[in-house]
Amino acid sequence: MDLYEHQGKELLREHGLETLQGIVAETPEEARAAAEKLGGPVAVKAQVLTGGRGKAGGIKVVHSPDEAEEAARQILGMDIRGHTVRKVLVEGGAEIESEMYLSVTVDREAKQPLILFSTEGGVEIEEVAETNPGAIVRLHVDPLIGLQPYQIREITFSADLSGDTAKGVGKTLQNLYSAFQKLDASLVEINPLVVTADGKVLTLDSKVTVDNSSLYRHKDIADLHDVEAADPEEQRAQEAGLQYVKLEGDVGILGNGAGLVMSTLDVVAQAGGEPANFCDVGGGADAEKISTALDIVTSNRQVKSVLFNIFGGITRGDEVARGLLSAIEQTDISLPIVVRLDGTNAEEGRQILAENTPPNVHTEETMLDAARRAVELAKDGGQ
Amino acid sequence: MAILVDEGTRLLVQGITGREGAFHTGRMLKGGTQVVAGVTPGKGGQDFEGVPVFNTVEEAAKETGANASVIFVPPPFAADAVFESLDSGMSTICCITEGIPVHDMLKVSNYMRVKEATLIGPNCPGVLSPGKSNVSIMPGDIFTPGNIGIVSRSGTLTYQIVNELTQRDIGQSTAVGIGGDPIIGTDFIEILKKFEGDPETECIVMVGEIGGNAEQRAAEYIQSEMSTPVVAYIAGFTAPEGKTMGHAGAIVSGGDSTAEAKSQALQKAGIQAATNPTEVGDLVARTLGV
Repeated sequence: MDLYEHQGKELLREHGLETLQGIVAETPEEARAAAEKLGGPVAVKAQVLTGGRGKAGGIKVVHSPDEAEEAARQILGMDIRGHTVRKVLVEGGAEIESEMYLSVTVDREAKQPLILFSTEGGVEIEEVAETNPGAIVRLHVDPLIGLQPYQIREITFSADLSGDTAKGVGKTLQNLYSAFQKLDASLVEINPLVVTADGKVLTLDSKVTVDNSSLYRHKDIADLHDVEAADPEEQRAQEAGLQYVKLEGDVGILGNGAGLVMSTLDVVAQAGGEPANFCDVGGGADAEKISTALDIVTSNRQVKSVLFNIFGGITRGDEVARGLLSAIEQTDISLPIVVRLDGTNAEEGRQILAENTPPNVHTEETMLDAARRAVELAKDGGQ
Repeated sequence: MAILVDEGTRLLVQGITGREGAFHTGRMLKGGTQVVAGVTPGKGGQDFEGVPVFNTVEEAAKETGANASVIFVPPPFAADAVFESLDSGMSTICCITEGIPVHDMLKVSNYMRVKEATLIGPNCPGVLSPGKSNVSIMPGDIFTPGNIGIVSRSGTLTYQIVNELTQRDIGQSTAVGIGGDPIIGTDFIEILKKFEGDPETECIVMVGEIGGNAEQRAAEYIQSEMSTPVVAYIAGFTAPEGKTMGHAGAIVSGGDSTAEAKSQALQKAGIQAATNPTEVGDLVARTLGV
């Protein structure tokens, strides 16, 4: 789960990290009031769950409440990579001496938390990795013993830091690692981490991503989920316990098992079509679950045909066929549905479908044929 | 022969009295697996379909000589169940549970480094050696004994491919579902190594998907260390960036994590790769010359 900048910063502050003072505003007037309260130059920053907002014009540094109001007017409602800006963060200014990068993430290969530190802050770390890989310090932490003082020294000495700056960066790292652990984060990133003219070490911009699987023990964070920003179909699917991802195409796709569904999407693309979504209905032949899934998939108006790819495993093909028929009865779908049923008792299942299906349901034996058929039907405009 | 589980497997089920645990224990028993014990704290002394239930793994292992465990414990308690199995001397542990917090798995996998055991999963279908032992939630009916080893990050995709093989009268030595989470106990390489050392396995099917770079590392390993032929398949070419595709670990986050990058690494290592599950069956048949 990705958090907005202002939410992430709030959590980081609770773990001892220092940020600039900021106020969230939802209207230009609120932004003006915030700028008045903070005084001096302020930054007006779009709050969106995506990167690249600076390049998109979503961050403006202004010098008066008037300008803050005008900046907020421009930024609110802006579309940044498909995300509509509904809030801005108005933050006070700082005199910046130097910029650094600091993050903790999960290294899947090493199966350990990985700390990345660089004296080249303010640019994307991937860019630094390409242009100047020597400027990045990488450190793994054994989660059973935690971050050790010598590791903090390795980082501060590598950057030739000394005195208060070294202490400040060391303390920041310690707090950031602790936040990473306590928040069950998969990423905590500070970019840039700045040293101000008066020697303070501040988190200027940050990104926090929390592991979805841990949300049961972080109810406060789960509650931060922004229902309004979520795609309505994805939101509905999540509430129904379905795995659904909306895509751009016109062939709606359902299946059982994440791998099989991903593979189905690929096969549809190979057949010259474009998948409209990913939807995993899980195991079993629960008619209600299938009908909810069908309903969600077809509520996307782009969808012209539906491909239902099922492999009967523990749930046998004949049970799946009955569940599917009853699900189709429960929904009122006139779009063509191509069903491909394989696995245990697949023939019995296909037989049941052949005998009872409404005219808009077509059955195919192989994944490839089913994909071709669904693509053709979508091209015919769903007739 | 087979890898990880065989006739000598004496299985213990953690969470045997829960809904999933009970259902799959019944199936594993029917499949001929020696299920010797179950563990559900507080239900010690009961029995489940003739299998004695214990309060702790330690006690169950001592009483029954169990040497492997399968875990059906809900996510908040699953890491604890793995630690219990590890500390009670289980040599193979299959964790079926989906949704274990990543930080719990970080602790588990670092603890594993001082242990001799093999952890398969979590978020996996388990391990099945046809005709020998079924320590999984996989549908045993679609399998047939033979010489193909399968290692996969996905459950249903494994079933689909096994079905393709069985329909062509090509049997399997062992199928291992290593799991769809970002942090898993055992990666492709360790399983490939075991298959390479198994005289019965003549060809290996490796099924990967988007997320991480385990496929690239496996490709390098296959090229430099293995003589057993490998047929690979990767899912997720159409996956958008930054979206989790069902499995917590299946997410494109730049660079190595795309299906394209994985496919290129396989190609570079000279490994045959299928473009769909049916073609996996064709490539295996061609490799075996049947």
